[in-house]
Amino acid sequence: MEIAFLLNGETIRLGSSPTRTLLDYLREDRRLTGTKEGCNEGDCGACTVTVDDGSGPKAMNACILFLPQLHGKSVRTVEGFGGAGANHPVQDALVRLHGSQCGFCTPGFVASMVAGHAQGRTDHDDVLAGNLCRCTGDAPIVRAAEATEGAPLPGWIAADQAARPATDPAPFAPETVDELARWYAANPDATLVAGATDIGLWVTKGLRDLPKVAFLNRCRDLQEIVVGADSIRVGAGVTVNALRAALTDLMPSYAGMLRRYGSEQVRNAATIGGNIANGSPIGDNPPALIALGATLHLRHGQKRRHLPIEQFFIDYGKQDRAPGELVEAITMPRTAPMLRCYKLSKRFDQDISAVCGCFNLHVEGGKVTSARIAFGGMAGTPRRAANVEASLVGKEWTEATVRAALPAFAQDFTPMSDMRASAAYRLQTAQNLLLRYFADLAGTETSVLEVQA
Amino acid sequence: MSVSQPLPHDAAPLHVTGAARYIDDIPTPAGTLHLAFGLSGIARGRVTAMDLGAVRSAPGVHAVLTAADLPFANDVSPSAHDEPLLSDGQVHYLGQPLFLVVADSHLAARRAARLGKVSHAEEPPLLTIDQALAANSRFEDGPRIWTMGEPDAALTAAPKVLTGRIEMGGQEHFYLEGQAALVLPQEGGDMLVHSSTQHPTEIQHKVAEALGLAMHAVRVEVRRMGGGFGGKESQGNALAVACAVAARLTGKPCKMRYDRDDDMMVTGKRHDFRIDYRVGHDADGRILAIDFTQYARCGWALDLSLPVADRAMLHSDNAYHIPAMRITSHRLRTNTQSATAFRGFGGPQGMLGIERVLDHLAHATGLDPVEVRRRNYYADAAVPGRAAPEPSSSRARAFGSGTGGSSTFGGAHSPRPSVQTTHYAMPVTDFVLGALTDRLLQGADYQARRAAIAEWNRTSPILKRGLGFSPVKFGISFTLTHLNQAGALVHVYQDGSIHLNHGGTEMGQGLFQKVAQVAADRFGVATDQIRITATDTAKVPNTSATAASSGADLNGLAVQAACDTIRGRIAACQATLHQQPADQVRFAEGRVTVGKVEMSFAEAASLAYQNRVSLSATGFYKTPDLDWDRISGRGRPFYYFAYGAAVTEVVIDTLTGENRILRADILHDAGQSLNPALDIGQIEGAYVQGAGWLTTEELVWDDKGRLRTHAPSTYKIPACSDRPAVFNVALWDAPNRVETVYRSKAVGEPPLMHGISALLALSDAVAACGPNYPALDAPATPERILAAIRKVRG
Repeated sequence: MEIAFLLNGETIRLGSSPTRTLLDYLREDRRLTGTKEGCNEGDCGACTVTVDDGSGPKAMNACILFLPQLHGKSVRTVEGFGGAGANHPVQDALVRLHGSQCGFCTPGFVASMVAGHAQGRTDHDDVLAGNLCRCTGDAPIVRAAEATEGAPLPGWIAADQAARPATDPAPFAPETVDELARWYAANPDATLVAGATDIGLWVTKGLRDLPKVAFLNRCRDLQEIVVGADSIRVGAGVTVNALRAALTDLMPSYAGMLRRYGSEQVRNAATIGGNIANGSPIGDNPPALIALGATLHLRHGQKRRHLPIEQFFIDYGKQDRAPGELVEAITMPRTAPMLRCYKLSKRFDQDISAVCGCFNLHVEGGKVTSARIAFGGMAGTPRRAANVEASLVGKEWTEATVRAALPAFAQDFTPMSDMRASAAYRLQTAQNLLLRYFADLAGTETSVLEVQA
Repeated sequence: MSVSQPLPHDAAPLHVTGAARYIDDIPTPAGTLHLAFGLSGIARGRVTAMDLGAVRSAPGVHAVLTAADLPFANDVSPSAHDEPLLSDGQVHYLGQPLFLVVADSHLAARRAARLGKVSHAEEPPLLTIDQALAANSRFEDGPRIWTMGEPDAALTAAPKVLTGRIEMGGQEHFYLEGQAALVLPQEGGDMLVHSSTQHPTEIQHKVAEALGLAMHAVRVEVRRMGGGFGGKESQGNALAVACAVAARLTGKPCKMRYDRDDDMMVTGKRHDFRIDYRVGHDADGRILAIDFTQYARCGWALDLSLPVADRAMLHSDNAYHIPAMRITSHRLRTNTQSATAFRGFGGPQGMLGIERVLDHLAHATGLDPVEVRRRNYYADAAVPGRAAPEPSSSRARAFGSGTGGSSTFGGAHSPRPSVQTTHYAMPVTDFVLGALTDRLLQGADYQARRAAIAEWNRTSPILKRGLGFSPVKFGISFTLTHLNQAGALVHVYQDGSIHLNHGGTEMGQGLFQKVAQVAADRFGVATDQIRITATDTAKVPNTSATAASSGADLNGLAVQAACDTIRGRIAACQATLHQQPADQVRFAEGRVTVGKVEMSFAEAASLAYQNRVSLSATGFYKTPDLDWDRISGRGRPFYYFAYGAAVTEVVIDTLTGENRILRADILHDAGQSLNPALDIGQIEGAYVQGAGWLTTEELVWDDKGRLRTHAPSTYKIPACSDRPAVFNVALWDAPNRVETVYRSKAVGEPPLMHGISALLALSDAVAACGPNYPALDAPATPERILAAIRKVRG
């Protein structure tokens, strides 16, 4: 695949295999060894670089970023954040405030901090959640990030945006959904790559070859969010960070859960379409979308169909999607004041859910008029708690009603035990999350994240 | 004066620009080959056949080696010669290297390594403590037992007896740079080894053995590691030896680095422990006797498990004077990764055992957890020349981090006169925890917060807060006494620049910077005049691992000795030239002064050279006063103790077990700090790492012996937001009572155990849910916390 991008200000044109990672290219081909391999799966952030598609530098994990995804973009690595003889302010602050010890994670932290700085971010814990440091306990790194707030932007950001190489349409990277749908219908054996936060691991850990690939991130019309009077339509190519931004005011609980989805780097790459299409039982978007009663839009060539999203997930590893058919968009209600999304994991940030429970009830005149409750991590698919819902609907919205509904969880779910949690814990906390939901709506303090010393 | 200055890490400017080189960043000659192991897919049994045809014919493969292809020793063990590089046919754990692939690229090697077809005669693996006990599968012929006093009689006579058990998980090091080595063949069969190791001499030794060479034919160089934490004390042997063997076979440079998943599947971790206790105490919460039984899961090979388990025994008293104690220590052999060194080296496990006892005792007696600890503390040592410790005027420094910072230290704690001894008969002559606790609690506003938290809990039905306090008394020295030695090599060039080398390795702890500050101080120059060079077995031989927190203590004094030798020669030269006594020659602020004559250090160096004075010297240091018998458990294994204490506040969710650390206050004794910024960095990092061990970091094996948490996707070390939002760290800045380098104290391991206060705080929060004792095991994941809440409610 012939691609062009800007690397530390220099235009690169090369032919790449579809699955050559940016990290391997940097380290092996360019001898830019400042960017490190820590885990090779996007979980440690040592390989973080910044990527700019014209909207400003964003942190991305180079280890699971395939070179063709960079077509037409600009990239900066730790070697390119300073000017001649001058460091970026975050680099100087890290030295001054003792933010590095062994130094191996440092280039990745620098990249995340450079991106956060460029975006004017002050939520440093979120900006840096995807970077693991084993030495410092992170405190001095955050001090350095705080010390750099408001420092002037480096000149290369604007220069890179002006110098991004012009690109011709490339067959492997369709520019419109129409083009993509046509191509995929004709090539149903191909793999569609959006953010590669999942597929990347097929390559780096599974050591798989992907002979036929299309990259979706140039499909601009797949990345649209349309907020209508009653509904929101989200294109499949919308990244999780873009979705989070769109939902911050409209659905704060859902957006709050997305704050903990992956990490900044992962959310900058991962798409809602990918999170649905891969059918994972532990993806965090599907339970929320099921609780919202969202509609999934599928497309095969020119043929479109629409279904309630829960019907998409048939069984573990099996979705209602024909070969060559793609996830085009999702539509959800514009507001859901009673929606609450709860994610349980061993670590708050950048961890896969043991249980993800999403609740969306309507209560009128003190009675539950409708209930949509969906869970991830409780079955082979994201799934509604139909029996629990049934035992709530029509009842007074009281703690007694809630407690009476708890046994129904065991009818709805037979979870498994794995390294994230036991079956018993999953079932118990699924029940307890309904108790939390009741307390939460009643105004009782339920979140340890909101408590301060 | 450079010593005591809070200077940044010497390599920080390189770290932040990506210019700092790690093994995989070193430019390699064309034709360098890359290695990967083929790993066992079963935990125990015998290999009956290996079909490696597909491996050999895979693209890019140059060679495939099995045990039969190894020219000399097939052993990478640091201790008992029980750890073959490649399986000799027996399989001892799932993940054990069976064969070695040598290929064009890292990726080609990894791909080929998966193509081996291995047939096994599988046997049921011993995975758990109970399985190993039932099979009497252990290292050493039986449990090691130390007894002090008459524990049985004292337990019988005790007014009250408390029994319990704590299980604590192991810990993956998760150094950000995985294990790596690069071997470059030299003329005549010699080998140059670049290794990410804390122990270059051992790498040299094992490579020489594997190649049938004398040690002089192997040179090992270590510029830096991307983290070590004990995980690179012995676990790098396999990679370096594999590369050396392949380099000998192919004549080409060979490099090996583990993919992260392989790293976690192959290498050892912190030992998980079970500790049972029987405690006799009086109504006032004074401990009269303890009978501990410790079970350490050591994995398949001996590695460093004996000294680890010994150190757990040695720290079973922590800060408490316990008149009668028996410790029975079982070192169990299981079909899992061979557990290895990890920051604290058994100390954290032993200390958590006794801290659990104190927590349980506080709950049983209804005493405040700090009060019950105070009643059992060793007595504070008398301060020479005064009744209570006070900050000295010239050396006192207030250097804090976070929102609290430090103020002056000291207190009105009255020292008791008699010298108490530990359960291994070592006099405790430097105890400071009485006064240190006073100071910490005052700064942390402990009493008021405890009351406020109790009140808050009364009105919060779902969330509960907790407060935990834990002290640390950590013994400093290798318990294998002969390891307590170090060497240094210092050159002064004619231009006054100084080349510094010693046997210690840099893994991020700032050792090089601290030692450079010592050297700069000896010569009276700025640290930028010192070039700290990569650790190199050809410059300083026969070194000990950089471990046991000993790096600065040992190497600092070795460097000081070398510098003083050269300084003495320069002084003698100046004395002769200027007709002054040598002891009147001053080295300060980059100048050398002799009577009325003053010159730059560079001029003095140049003059010395012209007068044919040697400007190169070695230095050597060995720790004095050590005397230890590990079999009887008697003697003085440690030169001194390092102290500290921490208070942690947490909140838990009683519906899910989710929890947060809200605040931590730490006061830590680093002696007269060589570099307070680096020391505080060690303390902050160690606390978070220790808290991670006891909270989110959970190792899970399935019933086949497969580690299911073998990547950061499933093994969760603390992330940025997991550090305490309020994080106050200060130094107890008083000189070490024994003669160490500038009266500083070792700081690498001791503060890790401040993380215990986080577990105790969680226990306190759980205890707020009901009448029973939580008996919270570690790691206290949300699931364990929820289970403990159920237990507490009864």
